[in-house]
Amino acid sequence: MRETNAVRSAPARRSGRGARRGRRLPPWQLLIPGALGFAFLTLPLIALIAQAPWADLAGTVTSAPVVQALGLSLRTAASATVISVVLGVPLAWLLARGDLPGAGVWRAVVTLPMVLPPVVGGVALLALLGRRGLLGGALEALGITLPFTTAAVVLAQTFVAMPFLVLSVEGALRGMDRRDEQIAATLGASTFYAARRITLPAAAPAIVSGAVLCFARALGEFGATITFAGNFPGTTRTMPIAIYLALEQDQDAAIAMALLLMVICAVVLIALRSRWLGWWRR
Amino acid sequence: MRARRWALLPAVAVTLLMGCAEPAPTPSPSVTGQEAADAEISGDLVVLAASSLAQVFTDLGAHLEAEHPGLTVTFSFAASSALAAQVVAGAPADVLATANRVTMTQAGDRATDPVVFATNTLTIVTPVGNPAGVTGLADFADPDLRIAVCAVEVPCGAAAMQVFDAAGVTPAVDTYAANVSGALTLARAGEVDAALVYTTDAAAAGGQVTEVPTPQTVAAVNEDLITALQDARNPEAAQAFVDLVTSPAGAEVLRAAGFVVQ
Repeated sequence: MRETNAVRSAPARRSGRGARRGRRLPPWQLLIPGALGFAFLTLPLIALIAQAPWADLAGTVTSAPVVQALGLSLRTAASATVISVVLGVPLAWLLARGDLPGAGVWRAVVTLPMVLPPVVGGVALLALLGRRGLLGGALEALGITLPFTTAAVVLAQTFVAMPFLVLSVEGALRGMDRRDEQIAATLGASTFYAARRITLPAAAPAIVSGAVLCFARALGEFGATITFAGNFPGTTRTMPIAIYLALEQDQDAAIAMALLLMVICAVVLIALRSRWLGWWRR
Repeated sequence: MRARRWALLPAVAVTLLMGCAEPAPTPSPSVTGQEAADAEISGDLVVLAASSLAQVFTDLGAHLEAEHPGLTVTFSFAASSALAAQVVAGAPADVLATANRVTMTQAGDRATDPVVFATNTLTIVTPVGNPAGVTGLADFADPDLRIAVCAVEVPCGAAAMQVFDAAGVTPAVDTYAANVSGALTLARAGEVDAALVYTTDAAAAGGQVTEVPTPQTVAAVNEDLITALQDARNPEAAQAFVDLVTSPAGAEVLRAAGFVVQ
């Protein structure tokens, strides 16, 4: 997440000028393993494109079940992103500026959902909000049931994706110059006023890139969703689940849907990248 | 000095990659019938089997390992259709067992001459004590009850559809499980009021679920099929496992688990 700042600030501009002076080939000791790494990460995706059933591609990706699953995925991922911004930005501020005792531990806890297998997240959500869960029983008595609903999909996606936003924003806040805030404080601004009018606007690019990452992650969420929210067309069957089920019957359809999801994620990330590099300013 | 050390890096990486690659399988002649029984059985045996077979096959695998000390049996249990797709994709397996004929057919040329070794029917399971008071298939149409059924893409889901069709019930399903174990788990955890699973899974779950006997479910009888895969890397062991499953001893284990064996 720290590259966000590094790339945007001074070193980026320096390397830009350096590039203009004439490119030097990277040392081959780095070039060869680096290129192997790149090939390993990209060849499977290229294979997906090569294997795509181009003839029926349009038919598959516009079929009613796929449109339904994609629509659900986009809606739930957007909801998860909104929730993540509303809750995650203040959380990031607390982690970066809150002067909490044991901030490192808090940060590690917040990062856990990112590194745990998503299925674990699903099990944990069931343990809390499932019928027999810590809170689920009480909720059910109130007539609220979460598992197997679209709300459960949003919760599962938020649980897995929010840490991406929190770490991105937290990194930006941490790397930020605090002098403006201090000046505001000497002029009598409250901490909340300074956070609202100075810190958060300055962190806006990091919030946007964090939100985009969060959206892309939510769009791809599978394990926590199928564990906590289940699988029902139109309600909880998101694209990743539809792809998994399609693999059982019709591999071509699964590849076509996988390709569609990959393209959407790629577009989202390329949009993010252009923000990072500041192309929109030029 | 430093430069030379770094220069080794790509070579090390390539060596590691090569090390990770599977050694090429040694070609071995296809052995059948009596010959197989006589051959020395050892090495690794990989069995892909439907989720519903997990318990009995694990037992039978342990039995075979005990008979042949040099043998290691590895199982992969999943939805039959997923296993068929793996076989088509070239998964390095020796034996395939599916929970219906359609999925065995999907496995293609590698799965020739499958034999039916047992049949299975569905039954209703509920959380222990049946808190929602489910009495039969008709309750599956109640939108207030939470219901899990296998996805139609997998054998237990296909069978469930037949059962509902035959009974004239339109189920108000809340979630489709990816395989029969998933449906059973939801009932066991109390997350659904009722699920439709194989009779054998209900039996294997013991006291952790309550079974609601339903005569109507015999509308769908799934055949369990097994085959030694055409290009098995350990054909002797593969045949030995198939022979064990289809033997009187195998039938006994299957019957004890609730399968119907002719």
